[in-house]
Amino acid sequence: MDWGQIFVISITAMVGSTTIIYALAALGLNIQFGYTGLLNFGQAGFAAIGAYSVAVVTATLGQSLWLSIFIGLIGAVIFGLILGIPTLRLRADYLAIVTIAAAEVIRQTVRSVSLNEYFGGSDGITGKYAREFYSFNPFDQAISWGPIQFNSAQASWITVVGWVLIGLIVLLTWLLVRSPWGRVVKSIREDENASRSLGKNVYFYKMQALILGGVVGSLAGIYWAIDAQSVQPDNYSSRFTFFAYTILILGGAARVFGPVVGSIIFWFILVFIGESLTQLVATGIIPDTILRSDQIGQVRFMLVGLALMLLIVYRPQGIFGDKRELALDDR
Amino acid sequence: MTAKTATSASDSVSARAVAALSGVKSEPGITKPDEILVAENINRHFGGLVAVDVDRLSVQRASITALIGPNGAGKTTFFNVLAGFDTPDAGTWRYENHELRNKAAYKIAQLGMVRTFQLTKVLAKMTVLENMRLGAQRQLGERILAAPFPFAWSGQEEQVTERALTLLRRFNLYEKKDDFAGTMSGGQRKLLEMARALMTDPTMIMLDEPMAGVNPALTQSLLGHIKELREEGLTVLFIEHDMDAVRDISDWVVVMAQGRIIAEGPPASVMRDKAVIDAYLGAHHDEELTKSGESLTQNKKAKST
Ligand SMILES: Nc1ncnc2c1ncn2[C@@H]1O[C@H](COP(=O)(O)OP(=O)(O)OP(=O)(O)O)[C@@H](O)[C@H]1O
Ligand SMILES: [Mg+2]
Repeated sequence: MDWGQIFVISITAMVGSTTIIYALAALGLNIQFGYTGLLNFGQAGFAAIGAYSVAVVTATLGQSLWLSIFIGLIGAVIFGLILGIPTLRLRADYLAIVTIAAAEVIRQTVRSVSLNEYFGGSDGITGKYAREFYSFNPFDQAISWGPIQFNSAQASWITVVGWVLIGLIVLLTWLLVRSPWGRVVKSIREDENASRSLGKNVYFYKMQALILGGVVGSLAGIYWAIDAQSVQPDNYSSRFTFFAYTILILGGAARVFGPVVGSIIFWFILVFIGESLTQLVATGIIPDTILRSDQIGQVRFMLVGLALMLLIVYRPQGIFGDKRELALDDR
Repeated sequence: MTAKTATSASDSVSARAVAALSGVKSEPGITKPDEILVAENINRHFGGLVAVDVDRLSVQRASITALIGPNGAGKTTFFNVLAGFDTPDAGTWRYENHELRNKAAYKIAQLGMVRTFQLTKVLAKMTVLENMRLGAQRQLGERILAAPFPFAWSGQEEQVTERALTLLRRFNLYEKKDDFAGTMSGGQRKLLEMARALMTDPTMIMLDEPMAGVNPALTQSLLGHIKELREEGLTVLFIEHDMDAVRDISDWVVVMAQGRIIAEGPPASVMRDKAVIDAYLGAHHDEELTKSGESLTQNKKAKST
């Protein structure tokens, strides 16, 4: 057993790409669900639009990366409009149904055989299409900071950019939710009719929140596509959305830092449990008859599920949440 | 002394409102001399149940009009229709010069016709002060592009806060300003909802049972507040079951029963109207008792002593 190595891997995961991707997705959900009460179950769809815009526009069409990012963001705006126009006037559950279905439509479209030449089918698209981004890399070797060790100069660069991006979105969220705009969306979350009776155009505000959160979600996909320099359709299944929701609730919905802290903790726990089990099995401390190495992937999710259950029982408001607000629901 | 001048001012305003309505006949649907709201042929049914079937309603500007009627008469449904929260099966209605049919509820509120709810809708997870601020109209900081820049809207926010605090003082809620609205009692919520509606700076306010669940002492001050609104030139249309309150403050009373307006007129005369008494007590309430009329009078005596 090498606890030192497990620790380094887990700590590095805390700040790594996956944490950043899911923090971005959850930051988008926080604007939609946390503050406005919109049940967007299609965050994977927004992310897929971002990711595939990057890969298709650069690798398939040979255009500039910056253009592809722009198209990814515009694509998210259009997707938000398409989802929002028919559903945002209806009860909250309609948005949930439509978004989860629409995200799945996107995934099935990009992985379909007939569109193989554009989207690469179930294999997706892989290539060195993000060179433009990495040409700005100021690092000539992997950086390390305390126990955090990146394995390449490229990984160091994209991680730094990712955290700057998160910082900007957290700042924007913070500015928005403490403004009168934030007051309106919070009132919509609680009681739409109260906001309407005070002259607020509820539909318009919901649309703004859906699109803004969706654009942040598409940034998650854009980031992922640039980081991995490959896109795979099955990364954008509803599992992506549900991880993002788990992270949001873990950190505390409607808290500015909730999604970031949630993502850090979620991926730390997941990687820590995975690495520990791997070593325990490899060294024979846990015998093959109890757990085989190919079962670790599933078992770590079971343990994470258990941890989440404990959290919901003992700290239902999430790590950052305010318990007093939950109590107000009971009246 | 200030109280005295306030009362006399209120008396004169009330006298003016009554005078303006003095020539108006007590007849359902009658046109008022200075009407702010007119509704015509409003029809709303739920399945086979006709909830609202109003031929005509006209509301006098800067007066207090009470809408009364037994439970299930259709008063709240009528309010919902007028304020854009429900779509009628037929009918048109006009507020000032605005045709309101097919207008969204928020637009009607922006035009200055604001309503409160029978079941209060305070925002429990916001503080009392935030509830109040939400009511203010045309806030620059409510636009998404301006919201991230506090210097653009902080000045307006200060003005809004000032106005909110003034209103909270007036409604005896100042001490609660930093509490979550969800921690307030039912009566306090009624007060907050009314104060919040006033934050929109309305021309006409529609109150759905503002006195329900409010203790008698508070009722008196609420009635005072409503009279003050009339002094400020507001038009008040309110639904109420408490007849003493209706008699006390209203200039005009409209009676609904089974979806229809069955009578209207000044409070004193309307409450003597046979149709109104029948609607409240049932049309045949005296038939069985004609023979034993004495027992009814005896009962009345017993009650009064
Ligand atoms: N959404 C609805 N669906 C079906 N029926 C309804 C609905 N809303 C109201 N009704 C019916 O319409 C009638 C009028 O209801 P409304 O709430 O307007 O009465 P009200 O005069 O406000 O009564 P109260 O004084 O008790 O508040 C009632 O018979 C009620 O059952
Ligand atoms: Mg009612």
